[in-house]
Amino acid sequence: MTERAQPIETAADLRADMLRLREEFPALHQRVRGRPLVYLDNAATTHKPRVVLEAMTRFYAEDNSNIHRGVHALSVRATEAYEQARSTVARFLSAPSASEIVFLRGTTEAINLIAHGLAHCRLRPGDEVLITHMEHHSNIVPWQMACKQSGATLKVVPITDNGELEHGAVERMLTDRTRVVSVVHVSNSLGTVNPVREICALAHKVGAVAVVDGAQAVAHMAVDVQEIGCDAYAFSGHKLMGPTGVGALWARQELLAELPPYQGGGDMIEVVTFEKTTYAKAPAKFEAGTPNISGAVGLGAAVSFIEQVGLDRIHAYDTWLLERATEQMQAIPGLRLIGTAPGKAAILAFTLDTAHPHDIGTILDMEGVAIRTGHHCTQPVMVRMGVPATARASLSLYNTQEEIDTLCRAVNKVKEVFQ
Amino acid sequence: MSEMQDLYQEIILDHNRKPRNFSIPAHANHTAVGHNPLCGDQITVLVELDGGVIKTIGFQGAGCAISKASASLMTEAVKGRTIDEAKVIFEGFHDMVTGVAGAEPEALGKLAAFAGVCEYPARVKCASLAWHTLQAAITEGPTTVSTE
Ligand SMILES: Cc1ncc(COP(=O)(O)O)c(C=O)c1O
Repeated sequence: MTERAQPIETAADLRADMLRLREEFPALHQRVRGRPLVYLDNAATTHKPRVVLEAMTRFYAEDNSNIHRGVHALSVRATEAYEQARSTVARFLSAPSASEIVFLRGTTEAINLIAHGLAHCRLRPGDEVLITHMEHHSNIVPWQMACKQSGATLKVVPITDNGELEHGAVERMLTDRTRVVSVVHVSNSLGTVNPVREICALAHKVGAVAVVDGAQAVAHMAVDVQEIGCDAYAFSGHKLMGPTGVGALWARQELLAELPPYQGGGDMIEVVTFEKTTYAKAPAKFEAGTPNISGAVGLGAAVSFIEQVGLDRIHAYDTWLLERATEQMQAIPGLRLIGTAPGKAAILAFTLDTAHPHDIGTILDMEGVAIRTGHHCTQPVMVRMGVPATARASLSLYNTQEEIDTLCRAVNKVKEVFQ
Repeated sequence: MSEMQDLYQEIILDHNRKPRNFSIPAHANHTAVGHNPLCGDQITVLVELDGGVIKTIGFQGAGCAISKASASLMTEAVKGRTIDEAKVIFEGFHDMVTGVAGAEPEALGKLAAFAGVCEYPARVKCASLAWHTLQAAITEGPTTVSTE
């Protein structure tokens, strides 16, 4: 059988198809303060396509049951749906095995699990944990806690004025005491895409565990954990068009075997007596209690949706939209883009010389434009860039060129008010 | 534009551009610092109390237009007032910006410019930061306040 060559999609076809996909997101089609909603807060959370909402409703309407415990039909179906979602996520990350996928509340919980575990089994006084200056608080605070508990030291890779890791700094800062390197794949406040493959290789040279925070990456680029070469990768469902309250951690089997359980309870055990309990193998070892079953089902549906659209196409569209937006925004006098690393993701953080980000956010809201203002859970980045806060527009596949125009018109209104 | 003018009234924009009493009173004897960690606003209120009267007041800091204008207008509203009078004004102001039924913006003079804030729950903390800070400055207790 010969495969027919795919016809090459033109840029116009791609845009038309994304416009069609936009119809799949019910929440986008509403008016806010009398104006059509322009939702540009996708780095905080994305909207959900109908297939995700339907998968979750269907689960509750037809299969609802607790998993792994019942012999009855519904429990079997629920277990299958949950485990199917695990396989879907494993495929999505190109993970070697579905048993290396742990369902958790999200990125934050995943990093806490790893940091907490490593504090017990790896970190000793005098050891070092290396993170970067552009981490989200969820990839700073758990390591501070782990360091405090173990006596290890936290070291921070500096960033440049345009928001990149300082050239050569990771290599320079690694020592024979470095036990963990934990970096963000895509920065949520700068948009910078970090060279995680190189960083993981460097980490491994000194025998450190390499952890990647993929919260902002998975919705915008194809992620292959084997190609990256990391030991653990974390992401949240809600930033990937899935529901809130569910996310996944991928970690190498050996690492999962070494880490102690994070919580104790049902489903994470093999045998319990009052004298001694033996733990189940991963992933069950890390999924104590009834998990977010419908959430996992919704996440599986979201991943399938993204896969169907194709991350290569999403990336191409994102990049096109980002270029337009960057060009238009840079043309606005007094607007400063924060984070201008080459090859960055579709996140535009900015300030205006005359208006505080908070006022920008309120006036944009009056125009129906939803952006985020503040420190974006990256206070050290704000300090480094010398700003109290930024306004941030973050794009998704359902955003349009017209929405970018509306954003820029609204920013110009802010400038009129705050002359 | 009317929604915009409801919130960003000319008087607010004016006090944002040219904040009044944006200075350190020479004989300040009470001070407190207020933060709004969500947006990075930070303000210091300095007061010279004389026998229970706010003789002079000034403020320092950086923040959004709402928080800066609110601080500026507050200093004008409470200068020369007793602590108890200032508290009554704050209560009226607080009721107004949080949309409490029966609030009377008319009684608040220029501060009525902030009546539109109650439509924007995310901005109530900006409008009240200076007031909470003043309260911390003139009463016993911690001299750092946070809106969180
Ligand atoms: C880069 C990054 N890391 C971690 C997180 C935390 O994700 P969650 O709040 O879903 O756990 C976020 C989201 O805000 C993020 O953008």
